[in-house]
Amino acid sequence: LFPQAPTMFAQCSWNSVSPVVLLVLLGCLLCPPAQASKSSEDIRCKCICPPYRNISGHIYNKNVSQKDCNCLHVVEPMPVPGNDVEAYCLLCECKYEERSTTTIKVIIIIYLSVVGALLLYMAFLVLVDPLIRKPDPYTQPLHNEEESEDTRSLAAVPTPAGARANTVLERVEGAQQRWKRQVQEQRKTVFDRHKMLS
Amino acid sequence: GFSTYNGGGMNGKSTMMDFLEEPLPGVGTYEDFNTIDWVREKSRDRDRHREITNRSKESTWALLHSVSDAFSGWLLMLFIGLLAGSLAGLIDISAHWMTDLKEGVCLAGFWFNHEHCCWKSNTTFTDRDKCPEWKSWSQLILGYGEGAFAYILNYFMYVVWALMFSLLAVLLVKGFAPYACGSGIPEIKTILSGFIIRGYLGKWTLVIKTITLVLAVSSGLSLGKEGPLVHVACCCGNILCHLFTKYRKNEAKRREVLSAAAAAGVSVAFGAPIGGVLFSLEEVSYYFPLKTLWRSFFAALVAAFTLRSINPFGNSRLVLFYVEFHMPWHLLELVPFILLGIFGGLWGAFFIRSNIAWCRRRKTTRLGKYPVLEVFVVTAITAILAFPNEYTRMSTSELISELFNDCGILDSSKLCEYVNDFNSTKGDDLPDRAAGPGVYTAMWQLALALIMKVFITIFTFGMKVPSGLFIPSMAVGAIAGRLLGVAVEQLAFYHHDWAIFSGWCSQGADCITPGLYAMVGAAACLGGVTRMTVSLVVIMFELTGGLEYIVPLMAAAMTSKWVADAIGREGIYDAHIRLNGYPFLEAKEEFSHKTRAMDVMRPRKNDPPLTVITQDSMTVEDVETIVTKTTYSGYPVVVSRASQRLVGFVLRRDLIISIENARKKQDGIVSTSIICFTDYCPPLPPSSPSVLKLRSILDLSPFTVTDETPMEIVVDIFRKLGLRQCLVTHNGKLLGIITKKDVLKHIAQMANQDPESILFN
Repeated sequence: LFPQAPTMFAQCSWNSVSPVVLLVLLGCLLCPPAQASKSSEDIRCKCICPPYRNISGHIYNKNVSQKDCNCLHVVEPMPVPGNDVEAYCLLCECKYEERSTTTIKVIIIIYLSVVGALLLYMAFLVLVDPLIRKPDPYTQPLHNEEESEDTRSLAAVPTPAGARANTVLERVEGAQQRWKRQVQEQRKTVFDRHKMLS
Repeated sequence: GFSTYNGGGMNGKSTMMDFLEEPLPGVGTYEDFNTIDWVREKSRDRDRHREITNRSKESTWALLHSVSDAFSGWLLMLFIGLLAGSLAGLIDISAHWMTDLKEGVCLAGFWFNHEHCCWKSNTTFTDRDKCPEWKSWSQLILGYGEGAFAYILNYFMYVVWALMFSLLAVLLVKGFAPYACGSGIPEIKTILSGFIIRGYLGKWTLVIKTITLVLAVSSGLSLGKEGPLVHVACCCGNILCHLFTKYRKNEAKRREVLSAAAAAGVSVAFGAPIGGVLFSLEEVSYYFPLKTLWRSFFAALVAAFTLRSINPFGNSRLVLFYVEFHMPWHLLELVPFILLGIFGGLWGAFFIRSNIAWCRRRKTTRLGKYPVLEVFVVTAITAILAFPNEYTRMSTSELISELFNDCGILDSSKLCEYVNDFNSTKGDDLPDRAAGPGVYTAMWQLALALIMKVFITIFTFGMKVPSGLFIPSMAVGAIAGRLLGVAVEQLAFYHHDWAIFSGWCSQGADCITPGLYAMVGAAACLGGVTRMTVSLVVIMFELTGGLEYIVPLMAAAMTSKWVADAIGREGIYDAHIRLNGYPFLEAKEEFSHKTRAMDVMRPRKNDPPLTVITQDSMTVEDVETIVTKTTYSGYPVVVSRASQRLVGFVLRRDLIISIENARKKQDGIVSTSIICFTDYCPPLPPSSPSVLKLRSILDLSPFTVTDETPMEIVVDIFRKLGLRQCLVTHNGKLLGIITKKDVLKHIAQMANQDPESILFN
C-alpha cells in the first residue's frame, strides 16, 4: 500500500489489539439491548388510580404501545359510570415503562466477572508471582529520577525490529514486566512522592 | 562521503521524499511530564495534509486515501460516542445494583435492584411500595424484618458492605492503576493545555477507573460519578486514537479529539449533550477551534443516544433525577432564589478552602502515607453516620431525585405528607397545603443530612478512589433549596393575606413549588464550587426539559459565582491544579505587572552564560558532554560563540536519539566527528572523520522576543501560541531563554504565591 504500512503494523501490534478487544466488548454490550427489548413482559403501561368516593385505589397494568398509554385504554373494567369517567381519569397517573432484563443480567454478570478476574490476577501477582520469578537484577537498582530519566525515556522508544523477543511467551512476559514497572512508577508518583493527584 | 539522514518533516526544505522516508522512532515525540510544542505539531499536521492533498491527484487510490483521511475524524467521533455511552450504561446499571446490594437481595434474580425486583409484583394500591421478592438482609438471615435486632443486623450489613466495596476499590487502584484515583478533571485540563502524562489515559486506567468508580459510588461515600466519567470518556478517546494514524502521531490533533471526548463524558453523565459541549469548551479545553465544536456535538449526541438505547433507568431517561414538572414561578420568588445563590457561593468558597487545606495536609504530612487506612476510616464514618438517617442512607442521586420531585396525589413519601383536604382538590392539581407531621420530621432530618454532607465531602474529595463532586454539591444545594422552598410555601399558606403574597398567592392556589427551589439550590451550589456559568445553566435546563426555569437558574448561578469570586478567585479544579503544581498557564486571567522579558529570562545576572551549541564547530563528544552535564530540554544553536547569532533551536530528546542512532547505524561517526546543523557543511581535510548532519532535527524558526518586551506580551504569546520556550535577543544577538516554567514561576511570584510550587517542567 504505502511505505509506512510495515512499520505501522510492527509498532502497533499490541496497541491495536486492545482497542479491537474493546470494540468487540462494545459490540457484545450493544447486542443484548437490540434483541432483548422485544420481550413482552418488559413493556407495560402502569396506571395508578387513587381512592375516589367509595371506590378503593387500584393499580392497572397492560401491555399497550406508548400512544395508547392513558387511562381510557388501560383502566378496564371502568369502575365508574360514564359521566364520572373524566373526573376519575384525571386523578389516575399513567406511565409507560420499558426495561430490558437481559441487558441488566448481561451487564451485571460482565461486571462481576471482570471484578473477579481482577481479584484473581491481583492475588496471583501478590502471592504466586514472587515464588515463580527469580528476582530480576535489572529492576532492583533504585530509579534515581534525574539521572536515569534519559535512558528510561530511550528505553520507552519502541525497539527496532532486530531486537524483538522471539516467542509469544517471552513477548508476553516482556510486556508484563514493562507494565509492572510502569505501575510501580505511577505508584511512586501518586502515593509516595505525592507529585500528582494529591 | 556524507550521509543524508532526514529526520522527517521539519519546517524548512522538506520535499516529497521526506514524507515517504520513515522518521527515526522517537524523534518528534515527547518525554513524560513535558509540554508539547503546539506550533510544531500543528505545522506537522498541515504538512501531512498538504502531502495527502497533493498526492490525491495522482491516482484513484490516493484520492480514496485522502477522502478516508478527511472522514476519519467523524468515524473516530462515532466510535468514541458508542464506547463512552456503553461504558456509562454499564456504570449506571452496576452502580444502581450495587448500591441496593447494601440493603438486601432480590430473590427473583440476584442481578435485579430494588426497583426492578418489584417491577412485576402485583400489589394492591395500599401497599404499592412493598414487594415480597425483595428481601432485606435481616429478612434473609433472621427471617423477619422488624424489631431492634433486625435493625442492628441491617446496620451491621450496611457498614460491612460499604467497607468491603471501598477497600476493594482502593486496593484495585493501588495495585493496578494509581492514576485512576481522584476526579481526573484537573489533570485532563492540564493534558489538554499541552502537558504529557503517559499512562493517564491508558487502557488499564480506563478499566480500573470504570470498575472502581462503581465500587466507590456504591459504598455510600459522598462522591459522584460525573467527573470520573469525563476521565473515562477521555481514556476512550485516547485509546481509540490509536486506530487512526492522523491522531496517533500528532499530539495537537489528539487533544482536539480529547476535547470532544470530554463533551461526550458530560453528556452521558447528565443526559445533556449541549451542556456537555459547553462544559468542554468552558472548563476543560484550552484551545477549542470551531471544527471541534461540531465534532464534539456529534460525539455527545452519539453517546447520549447509545446510553438511551441501553436504557439504564427505564423510561428512556438518561439521568436518575430528570424533572418533569412545568409549574410557573412568580417574579417575587427571585428573592429566595438569590438567597440560594448567596448560600451556594458561600458554601463553594468554604468548601474549596477547606478541601485544599485538607489535601495539602494529606500531601505534606504523614496522613498521606496511609491511603488505604484513610479510605477505610472515612467510609466507616460515612456509613455509620449515614444509616440512621433515611435521607443519607439512600444514594445521593435518589436523594436529589426525591428533592426535585413535585408532590402529587400519589406520592407517599414523608416529604409529601401534607394535610390533605380532599373536598377542595380539583383533579390532580394540588394547592398549597399545610405541612403535616411527616414534613416536619423530614425537615429536621434533611437539616442533619445537610450538615453531614457539608462536612464529610471535604474529606472525601481527593481520596485515592475515583471521586467526583458534582452530585454531592448538587445534593447540598438541593437540600438547602428544598428547606427554603417548604419554608416559603408554609409562609405563603399561613400568611396569604400579607401584602407580598396577596397579589398572586391566594388561598387554594398552587403557587410555590419546593422542587423548583431544590433545583435552583443545586445549580447555585454547583456553580459556587466549579464556577461554571453558561454550561451550568444549559445542563440544568436540559435536565428539566424546558426553558421556563432559565431565569431563576441564571439568577442563582450568577449570584453564586459573584459571591464565591469575591471570596476566592479560583474554582475547585484550578485550585487543585495549583496545589499539585501542574504547569497550567491560566488562560482567563490578565497579567497586569510591568516587568519585562529581561527580568524573567535565564540566565540571570550572576548565572553562568547560556548553554549553546554552535552550528558547525562542535564535535559529537562536546555535544554529549553538554547533554549529560545539563538537564535543559533544549539548546539554542548559534553561528559561533563569538557572534551569538541565532540559527535555531534543537530539543534534547531529538539530539540524544539522533546521536545514539548515528553511532550505531552510520559508519564513520566517532566522538571526534563534527556535528553540522546546516545544509552546506564546511569542507574538511580528507583524513578527518565523516560529518554528522543533524539539519533535520533543527527547528529553524524559534520564537524570539527582545529583552525589552513587556512580560504582558510575552505571557500573551505563550498563551495564544502554546509555546514551550521563547528566546530572548538583544540587538540581534542571543541573550537568554524564557521557558513556560519560568513564566509560571514569575506569575506565581507576582501573585505572592510560592514559585517553588511549580513542580513539573
